[in-house]
Amino acid sequence: MRELDVAKVTEAVEELCIAACYDLPPDVLEALGKAAQAEESEVGREIINICIQNAKLAAKERVPICQDTGVTIIFLEVGQDLHLVGGDLAEAVAEGVRRGYDKGYLRKSVVSDPLFSRKNTQDNTPPIVYTDIVPGDKLRVVVVPKGTGSENMSGLKMLTPAAGPEGVRKFVVETVDKAGSNPCPPIIVGVGVGGMMDRAALLSKRALLRRTGEPHPQAEVAKLEREILAEINDLGIGPQGLGGRVTALAVHIETAPTHIGALPVAVNIQCHAARHAERVL
Amino acid sequence: MPEPIRIKAPLAESDVKKLKAGDRVLVSGVVYTARDAAHKRLVEALEAGQKLPFDLEGQIIYYVGPCPAKPGQALGSCGPTTSGRMDPYTPTLIARGLRGMIGKGSRVPAVVEAMRKHGAVYLAAIGGAGALAAKTVKKAEMVAYEDLGPEAIRRLEVEDFPAIVCIDAQGNDLYEAGKAKYRVAR
Repeated sequence: MRELDVAKVTEAVEELCIAACYDLPPDVLEALGKAAQAEESEVGREIINICIQNAKLAAKERVPICQDTGVTIIFLEVGQDLHLVGGDLAEAVAEGVRRGYDKGYLRKSVVSDPLFSRKNTQDNTPPIVYTDIVPGDKLRVVVVPKGTGSENMSGLKMLTPAAGPEGVRKFVVETVDKAGSNPCPPIIVGVGVGGMMDRAALLSKRALLRRTGEPHPQAEVAKLEREILAEINDLGIGPQGLGGRVTALAVHIETAPTHIGALPVAVNIQCHAARHAERVL
Repeated sequence: MPEPIRIKAPLAESDVKKLKAGDRVLVSGVVYTARDAAHKRLVEALEAGQKLPFDLEGQIIYYVGPCPAKPGQALGSCGPTTSGRMDPYTPTLIARGLRGMIGKGSRVPAVVEAMRKHGAVYLAAIGGAGALAAKTVKKAEMVAYEDLGPEAIRRLEVEDFPAIVCIDAQGNDLYEAGKAKYRVAR
């Protein structure tokens, strides 16, 4: 059985936290470039171009694209034939976050008690970690620094089966309309449909990791994505909410089996600084 | 597009009244950082009759929680945070002399009403463009609430910090106007 020392996981998480915050993925930059061409508003075009310029500056000078370096969300896909040695995996991941946020001069944005003390943990731990067991003997690590400007505008609704795709469309568009200028448009809209409440929410977050604008493999879902995107871009919110034709760069829908009586839908909004980085160990 | 208007902070009421929603501005001078937790403490201090850590008169508050400065930087990446979260506290601060705010996103009617009544302006910076914003910060010093980490109040000296007037002292709102212009009825 293949062995992997968890110290390697710490090292990977540290580097990925920094890389994710400094380097905007090329597909996001490309989508922003296309948006700058499509935008009708002069101010809107200027804003998108400044966002591109900012991302390029951050990559070049090795500084964070955005000061909100977020709560660190980490997806681990652990091969079932891999033996992790040398310590506690959860602690190794947290240590990677601690080191990455320190060495990368990233902002520490986590408070321990949400209700009362709201005391900053000062090292951005704990991260939110999702672990899946998959075939193979590798470990895939995906790091997603998620800011709250967009996260706060997200939403979830337990629709009933009668609402159907039309109900999903309506809820997604309403959520984006209500979010307005707050989530730093142009945004990427992650939609999770199905499962139970928790699964829908997680799917909506995973949907944000898809290559920007890549359609869902199922034709009916891809069509719904296109329709919702067109309707969102007719809302007029525009770049930074100052009016324009590009409110969203993409809508990504992910689906999962659900109960005979259920149609949960979750909308996770992602700002234009759609940051994530990954590595296979 | 017309050239941006240069403004010097702190602001006089007459400076604020000249600005119109949609104007692009370059801010130079002193601004104070404060976001959620610092606003809560400022308003609690006022309610308890205590002196604030800085004089609000004429000042601009910038809603930002910056990244730590790398060697050679005055401050790390420092784009605006969502202003709406400060709405519950803002009318109280405007009534005490706050003259300007820099943030991103729309404000509630109570804030706009306080701005009209007392003469204050709301500027938006580009959310997510924190690396560029850091280039305009020449000096940063800790003023209060250091325990809050990124939420502490800092005094920043900025030079040509770019922003757009989103709500002016007459209550004109660029968010509303901009959206209405490009919205397609379905």
